[in-house]
Amino acid sequence: MNALTLRAVGHAFFGRTVLDGIDLAVATGEIVALVGPSGCGKSTLVHIAAGLVEPSRGQVARGYRQHGMVFQEPRLLPWAKARDNIAYPLRISGPRRAERRRLAEAAAERVAFAAEDLDKYPAELSGGMRQRVAIARALVGEPDFLYFDEPFTALDVALKRRMQDLVIEAARKARFAALFVTHDLAEAARIAHRIAVLDAGGRGIAGFRALPGAPGERDARLLFDLVQHFEHADALFRHIHDVDERRIA
Amino acid sequence: MTEAILDRLGRLGRFFWSGWAGLAGLSLLAALWQAGHEAYGDFILPAPAATLRAAWDLLAEPKHWDIALATIRRAMQGFALAAALGTATGLAAGYSPATMRIARPLLTILIGVPPIAWIVLAMIWFGSTDGTIATTVVVAAAPVVFVGAAEGAATRDRSLDDMARVFGASALFRLRSIGLRHVAAHLFPALALALGSAIKVAVMAELLANTGGIGGALASARANLDIAAALAWVLLAVGALIMLEYGVLHPIRAEFERWREAARPWGVKR
Ligand SMILES: Nc1ncnc2c1ncn2[C@@H]1O[C@H](COP(=O)(O)OP(=O)(O)OP(=O)(O)O)[C@@H](O)[C@H]1O
Ligand SMILES: [Mg+2]
Repeated sequence: MNALTLRAVGHAFFGRTVLDGIDLAVATGEIVALVGPSGCGKSTLVHIAAGLVEPSRGQVARGYRQHGMVFQEPRLLPWAKARDNIAYPLRISGPRRAERRRLAEAAAERVAFAAEDLDKYPAELSGGMRQRVAIARALVGEPDFLYFDEPFTALDVALKRRMQDLVIEAARKARFAALFVTHDLAEAARIAHRIAVLDAGGRGIAGFRALPGAPGERDARLLFDLVQHFEHADALFRHIHDVDERRIA
Repeated sequence: MTEAILDRLGRLGRFFWSGWAGLAGLSLLAALWQAGHEAYGDFILPAPAATLRAAWDLLAEPKHWDIALATIRRAMQGFALAAALGTATGLAAGYSPATMRIARPLLTILIGVPPIAWIVLAMIWFGSTDGTIATTVVVAAAPVVFVGAAEGAATRDRSLDDMARVFGASALFRLRSIGLRHVAAHLFPALALALGSAIKVAVMAELLANTGGIGGALASARANLDIAAALAWVLLAVGALIMLEYGVLHPIRAEFERWREAARPWGVKR
C-alpha cells in the first residue's frame, strides 16, 4: 500500500482554480520532491494532502500512521520557549513531561540546535534557528510521513547541506516517506527518489523523473550532471528554469 | 530550579522597582492637590496629608472596614460575573461570525443605555440589596470584557491553529494551547478596565440606591458637608482598586506575558 495517494485532486480558491487533476502516489519509505514555479499551488497541494484544506474535487488516501510538517514559515508559538515549541506535538500525543523534555532535547540536537538556546523565545532566535526549531518539531513525534514545504530556504549553504543530510539519514533510519516541496533542483536531486513537476498553468502534474541510485549515495559529479541535464536539456523543467532566472535577476 | 526562583525574584524586584516611577507620578498629583488646597482653603479642598490622615483614621475603626469590604464584595461579585459572562460570550462570538453578528446590535444597546438607568431598573427589580449593585456592575463591565475576548479570538493566528491541526490537536486542545493564549493578550487590558469600572459603578450605585458601603458613606459625608471624610473615602476606594489591580490582575498577567519581555529589544528589557 502507498503511504499517500492523491486521485484527481483539484482545488479552487473563491472560484479561481489553482490545482486540477492531480494524480500522485508516494510509496512507503519514498521521498518525492515536488517542484514548480512560485504560486503554482505547491503549498496548497501539501495542505490538501495533510488534511488542512478540504479539496474541491478528488480523493486523498493516507496509508501512513502519523505525519509531521515543516511549513514554509516556522509557525512557532511566540509565547513558548524553543524547547516547548519542539515538544508541542508530544503534548498532544501524551508522553510525560520529563520524557517530553528528553525527546525535545534529542530532536534539537539532531537539527544542530544548540542546547543553550533551548530556553529562548522565538523572538530571540535568528530566522535559521527558528526554522530548525520547526524542523525539530516535525521530527520529534517520530512520524512515518513528513511534509516539507521549502523548509531550508532560510538557511545558509552549509547548514542547508547539513539539514538535507539529516533528512536523508532520518528517512533511511526511521523509514519515513516524505513529500518535499522545493524550488531548488539540486536539493531535489540530492534528497529525493523521484521528482514531480507541477504544471505552471494548474493542469495537473506535468511529469515525473525518477532519479538514479538512492538519496545520499549520489556523488557531487552525478548531482551536477543531473541538474545540468534538467535545466538545459529536459523540457519538463523549462518553467522551473524561468523561475530561477527571475530569482537571480 | 534555583534558576527559576532567581528569575522570578528578579522579575518581582523589577516590578517593585518600576513602582518608583508610579510614585513620582503620584507625588506630582499630590503637589498639584497641595497647591489647590493652599489656594482655596480647607473647606473646598483639604490638604493631601490631612486627607491621608483622615483615611488612616477611618481604617482604624473596624466598622469602617466592614463598609469598605461591603463595597469591594459587591464590586467583585459583579466583576466575577461580568468576567465569566463576557469571556464566554466573547469567545463564542470571536469563534463564530454568526454569533458575532447577533451580538453586535445587542452590545450597542447595552452600551447605549446609561448606567444610571440600569441602577433605577435594578432598584425596582431587586430593591436596596446587593443584587442591585451587582447587576449594575455586570451591565457596566461585561461589554468591555466581551469586546476584549471577541477581539482576541477573532484576531487569533489561524496559521498556528493549522499547525496544531497538522500535529493532530483536538479543537479543545487548540483552544487551550493557542486560542486562550492569544485571547489573554486582549483580555487582560479589558479585565483591568472592567475592574476599575466595577468599583466605580458599585460606589455610584450604592450612593444612589442607598445601600451602605463606600457609596453610602459618601452620601452621608455630603449630607454633613464633610469634604475631608468624602475625600478620605474616595482615597480608600481608589486604594482598594489599586490593590486589586496590582495585587491580583498584574501578577497573573505577568505570568502570561513573559515572552513579550523577551521580544523587547535589549536595553529596554530591564
Ligand atoms: N487561502 C487562500 N485564499 C485564496 N487564494 C489562495 C490562498 N492560498 C493560496 N492561494 C492562491 O493559490 C495559488 C497557489 O498558492 P500556493 O501558496 O499553493 O503557491 P506555491 O506554489 O506554494 O508558491 P511558492 O512557491 O511561492 O510558495 C496562489 O496564486 C495564491 O494566490
Ligand atoms: Mg508555497
